[in-house]
Amino acid sequence: MKLITAVIKPFKLDDVREALSQIGVQGITVTEVKGFGRQKGHTELYRGAEYVVDFLPKIKLEVAVKADLVDQTIEAIAGAAQTGKIGDGKIFVTSLEQIIRIRTGETGESAI
Amino acid sequence: MENEIFQLQYALDTFYFLVCGALVMWMAAGFAMLEAGLVRSKNTVEILTKNVTLFAVACTMYMVCGYAIMYGGDYLLSSITGDGVAGAEEPATYAPSADFFFQVVFVATAKSIVSGAVAERMKLFAFLAFAVVMTGFIYPMEGSWTWGGNDVFGVYNLGDLGFLDFAGSGIVHMAGAAAALAGVIMVGSRKGKYGPNGEVHAFPGANLPLATLGTFILWLGWFGFNGGSVLATASVESANAVAVVFMNTNAAAAGGCLAALVTAKFLFGKADLTMALNGCLAGLVAITAGPDTPTALLATAFGAIGGVLVVFSIVTLDKLKIDDPVGAISVHGVVGLLGLLLVPVTNGDASFSGQIIGALTIFGWVFGVSLVVFGAIKAVMGLRVSEEEEYEGSDLSECGMEAYPEFTQ
Repeated sequence: MKLITAVIKPFKLDDVREALSQIGVQGITVTEVKGFGRQKGHTELYRGAEYVVDFLPKIKLEVAVKADLVDQTIEAIAGAAQTGKIGDGKIFVTSLEQIIRIRTGETGESAI
Repeated sequence: MENEIFQLQYALDTFYFLVCGALVMWMAAGFAMLEAGLVRSKNTVEILTKNVTLFAVACTMYMVCGYAIMYGGDYLLSSITGDGVAGAEEPATYAPSADFFFQVVFVATAKSIVSGAVAERMKLFAFLAFAVVMTGFIYPMEGSWTWGGNDVFGVYNLGDLGFLDFAGSGIVHMAGAAAALAGVIMVGSRKGKYGPNGEVHAFPGANLPLATLGTFILWLGWFGFNGGSVLATASVESANAVAVVFMNTNAAAAGGCLAALVTAKFLFGKADLTMALNGCLAGLVAITAGPDTPTALLATAFGAIGGVLVVFSIVTLDKLKIDDPVGAISVHGVVGLLGLLLVPVTNGDASFSGQIIGALTIFGWVFGVSLVVFGAIKAVMGLRVSEEEEYEGSDLSECGMEAYPEFTQ
């Protein structure tokens, strides 16, 4: 089992969600985050005082999948989230040691 | 028949007075929303608490002794009965309780100017302790020398010198700003606001929709503030005056808003909503000393001067390391003085020298006594929250609750 974490542009969330449900992914967790990669920030003025806007709003989504669905999931996310412009985001794949469904107590792949 | 007409006049004037007083009371909501929108979220509950309670303190202290100090009469309003004022020389043309009601909301307005300037670092109860003195003594004293018509410590009389302040640019707004300046100097700037090499760091406000709502509420309430200061409406003459005042008050706000927006765009490259909001208020303050005599075009121009001035003042105060999160000192103090000085331009009953002497008297008294009182409070209970409390936010340290709680059930 793998945990796929993706940081994407906020307005791409609906497209990514659509693409994921089309390949059979049933659950995702979404958080509003801020961050930057190589995309630099810029300065703004508030009542004459400068402040640096380093951190840009992004959406982080996390989805747990069986190992054999990983490549399709990556393709779905990347395809839906890409704009070609700077700041599109990143996808991280990590190993999931254990999953438990709280309601029933199921573990492992049947808990996905 | 004559008696019936008098009764009708009395009733209408009283009604008008009361409605205008209610509109000025509504300005308290305006200040509360404006300030809540311009501070950071971790300090929102505290500033809202300050705004609600200072209003209550003002109403109570002015009843206890403030009104008596300002206009004579007995303490605790004991000389005002439901039927009239005991021992009054002439029959009143409106109910005396209405006079108190109209005056008390002005006191609260002057006091609420201070809350924004000292936001995010002054202890709540230290602020309220000052509110007791300001509304019970400091403001009524300078009010007695101006609208009260008394000599200043028996030495000179502002009215005789040609001082004229229709609705209170100086008496209410500049006075509030003088107290605010004293408070800001005594409490110090927020941690991290100014850098060692003169850098000014931005602390953006948490809720600009609230700030905008607050500004519009103040704009509406100001019609009562200036309109009610005509003191009557039940005759052709006074009704005309009321209409002119409403029209000019509105025109000045519009002029101030546009001028501030254009100035901000010119200085900063983009429109700054908070400057535009301050500009509306600056326009309103600028016309408050004399909304009855200019033409609508001149009123717009006066407001516009206020709008330009307020933007430069806000930037300058930051350069001087006078930390004012909402621009209260600039809007009410700097432009309050402007408002006073604009009166002789269209009103021959006022003189520039009279306005200046009045301004110096009001500012000197309020600023000086406020410094002393803030100093005394500082010595007795401390003015400022601790550094850690300031970092965490005064909502948690002073009030024990969050304004925008997340993770609730």
